[in-house]
Amino acid sequence: MKDLLEKMKNGDIKSLAKLISYLENNPEDRFVDELPSKGAKVIGFTGSPGAGKSSLVNAVISELRKEGFKVGVIAIDPTSPFTGGAFLGDRIRMKSHFLDDSVFIRSMGSGSSLGGLNESIFDVIKLMDAFGFDYILIETVGAGQSEVDIVYVSDIVVLVLSPGTGDEIQFLKSGIMEIGDIYVINKSDLEGADYYKSRLESILSLSDIRKPIIKTVATTGKGVKELVFEIKQLLDKFQKNGEIKKRLERRIKKHAESILVRKIQKSMEEINETENLSKLINMVIDNICKNK
Amino acid sequence: MKDRIRVLIAKPGLDGHDRGAKVVAKALRDAGMEVIYTGLRQTPEQIVKTAIQEDVDLIGLSILSGAHMNICSKLLKLMKENGIENIPVFVGGIIPPDDAEELKKMGIKEVFGPGTPLSVIVEKIKQLFSEVGS
Ligand SMILES: Nc1nc2c(ncn2[C@@H]2O[C@H](COP(=O)(O)OP(=O)(O)OP(=O)(O)O)[C@@H](O)[C@H]2O)c(=O)[nH]1
Ligand SMILES: [Mg+2]
Repeated sequence: MKDLLEKMKNGDIKSLAKLISYLENNPEDRFVDELPSKGAKVIGFTGSPGAGKSSLVNAVISELRKEGFKVGVIAIDPTSPFTGGAFLGDRIRMKSHFLDDSVFIRSMGSGSSLGGLNESIFDVIKLMDAFGFDYILIETVGAGQSEVDIVYVSDIVVLVLSPGTGDEIQFLKSGIMEIGDIYVINKSDLEGADYYKSRLESILSLSDIRKPIIKTVATTGKGVKELVFEIKQLLDKFQKNGEIKKRLERRIKKHAESILVRKIQKSMEEINETENLSKLINMVIDNICKNK
Repeated sequence: MKDRIRVLIAKPGLDGHDRGAKVVAKALRDAGMEVIYTGLRQTPEQIVKTAIQEDVDLIGLSILSGAHMNICSKLLKLMKENGIENIPVFVGGIIPPDDAEELKKMGIKEVFGPGTPLSVIVEKIKQLFSEVGS
């Protein structure tokens, strides 16, 4: 393990990959907490299934690579709650970067945690940051509640929409609309993109949200330069107005919470008290205080 | 400590049929594995880089194009150069029995012909995984 860490610090990709697996399998080992941050920017991409998140991430990588940045990607697809298995297919859209040594792509299952993001993602981000990526791009699974958790791990969230899906109403209901810092209308080569944009604008004006809306065609790269520009502008703004710091603090708290929740769950499993609720609670607290 | 099996399913070669690869990928997922699926037309170089970054326990290739000998020998050579020759490789597709023997001599761990029951594939892969004892 120590050996891997040394090699990773010297830029060895294989060691980085092995350490990520180690983290996924040993969430109790907190060695990442000792690693210094190198200031990687973490950008989350979320949106409904098939909206073009992977294709957009692919196009954003190309843009960032033109400027010479090192890019790490975490691509999450759903883990089956029944079997624990997962079909991780986001990589298919990122083939053009497979041979680029400055691009590292890691697929992850969403895991079994309640929030939908794999719990180890916090640690994996820290590790990739310490490795020295300039940007870390995260693609979430494209369904349900889980998108909301992306705000806890990212500096900026890009919400990927596509015309003709009617998602915006769904998003409005679920509160997903609020988590986007930048809205992307992808597949804007398809009919209805302009109509979709004006609907989106009117919905947003209802809640007085003023955020950038950018039209893209992820498969050709159209609009992606503008998107990257917008991302950088916003990062800059958030850096200056303290938002980045606020989000980092929020991330740390959420991370601590997820570790504590796991400890509680584990401790519950070990206790055989189902008669008296307060007794059960006290036993769990006791156990945790003893750091069992 | 480690119970989760990560498998890379790749489709090297120029033919455009990935149905078989997807069927196997789904069966492995349903057996509780994490399957990294990279789609059509993967070169050995791409497969090796992906295997390293994804830190997979096994690599599965679906080859229907007839170029299995060439592809497999290239891949195994590259894996060695990159120090990941310990990752077991299995192959599925239309492969004549003589070639299957050759492939195994070359270092391919299993060859699954057309019509191999999925349950057999799943069992073999679990066995391969336990043999390397990650
Ligand atoms: N016409 C058009 N098609 C696109 C565009 N972007 C993506 N697609 C296609 O949309 C499909 C889904 O794209 P993905 O990038 O896999 O979408 P995703 O949001 O990552 O999908 P999941 O990860 O499964 O939720 C693919 O067939 C893409 O080729 C676009 O801008 N225009
Ligand atoms: Mg995707």
